[in-house]
Amino acid sequence: MGLFSKEGTLKVLLFGFILGVLFWGGFNTAMEATNQESFCISCHEMEENVYQEYTETIHYSNRTGVRATCPDCHVPKEWVHKIVRKIKASNELYHKMLGTIDTPEKFESKRLQLATNEWKRMLKTDSRECRNCHEFDSMDFDKQEERSADRHDEAIENGWTCIQCHKGIAHELPAGYDPADDTPGVEEEESDD
Amino acid sequence: MFKNVKTKKVLSIFLLAITAMIFSSVAFSVESLRGDSALDSDANKPKKHKVATVSGGIERNYKLQPPMIPHKIDKYRISIKNNGCMKCHSEKAYKKEKATRVGESHYIARDGTKLDHLSSRRYFCTQCHVSQTGDSPLVENTYEGI
Repeated sequence: MGLFSKEGTLKVLLFGFILGVLFWGGFNTAMEATNQESFCISCHEMEENVYQEYTETIHYSNRTGVRATCPDCHVPKEWVHKIVRKIKASNELYHKMLGTIDTPEKFESKRLQLATNEWKRMLKTDSRECRNCHEFDSMDFDKQEERSADRHDEAIENGWTCIQCHKGIAHELPAGYDPADDTPGVEEEESDD
Repeated sequence: MFKNVKTKKVLSIFLLAITAMIFSSVAFSVESLRGDSALDSDANKPKKHKVATVSGGIERNYKLQPPMIPHKIDKYRISIKNNGCMKCHSEKAYKKEKATRVGESHYIARDGTKLDHLSSRRYFCTQCHVSQTGDSPLVENTYEGI
């Protein structure tokens, strides 16, 4: 009864299968645990700054009681993209240890950089996380205000993406940052005069 | 019982006054701010007021009135870092956003110099400009605007 006998192979396979299920299940459970809002705000950097700002916005509290929590916007839903984001997030752990943003003052001085990172990420993915809930296809432009409907029409035509106009909707904008500076359509209009 | 007539007289006037006060308060029952509901019951729930959206803006009632805000403003915040109103009402964005431009006067500092940013004394928009609920006035009046 060596390892290479029929019975031995079967045992190894079964053992490997069970180990695989356990490992995979454990891995996914652990990853899901890091995808909870309670995990995000277990760091005071998040809890004291961005979370407080978010609780005053429409994504936290609104008429219909739908809430988008941190991971809904900041972690991709699809598995591959999620893993990539999670691996990149290890850099955040490193800076947590360094204490790069461990006071509100430090956070504020880094805010433009942090915000720009996130804006770039969303721009690259065509605002994928926004579109998990907000799709142009499901928008009834008749129910929107004229101004919004016009601008959305323009956005579809020119292939703009959510984040280009909707910055600072869930968190405060960096000090002195003027969204008009890179809202699409605003600059061109001005040069016409 | 009483030492003299004078004390008796003063006391009887005092008692009369108190009786009168009690009776008058019953007659003209005073209503407090919380309404006339009993102390052990809840006050009357005030009606909800939704902020009105008026396309084309709200007419001025008098000359130099700061224009009123014809839309909801709960999404926009004014802080020391940013002014949410300026996202649409700034010189740069107003045309594209079809918004009213912030008045020239808002860029003039206290000493009369023209600034390239909002003057700090005009920074807090909602000190003068407010949104409206479109309710009828609490007290009827015949005032006519311009």
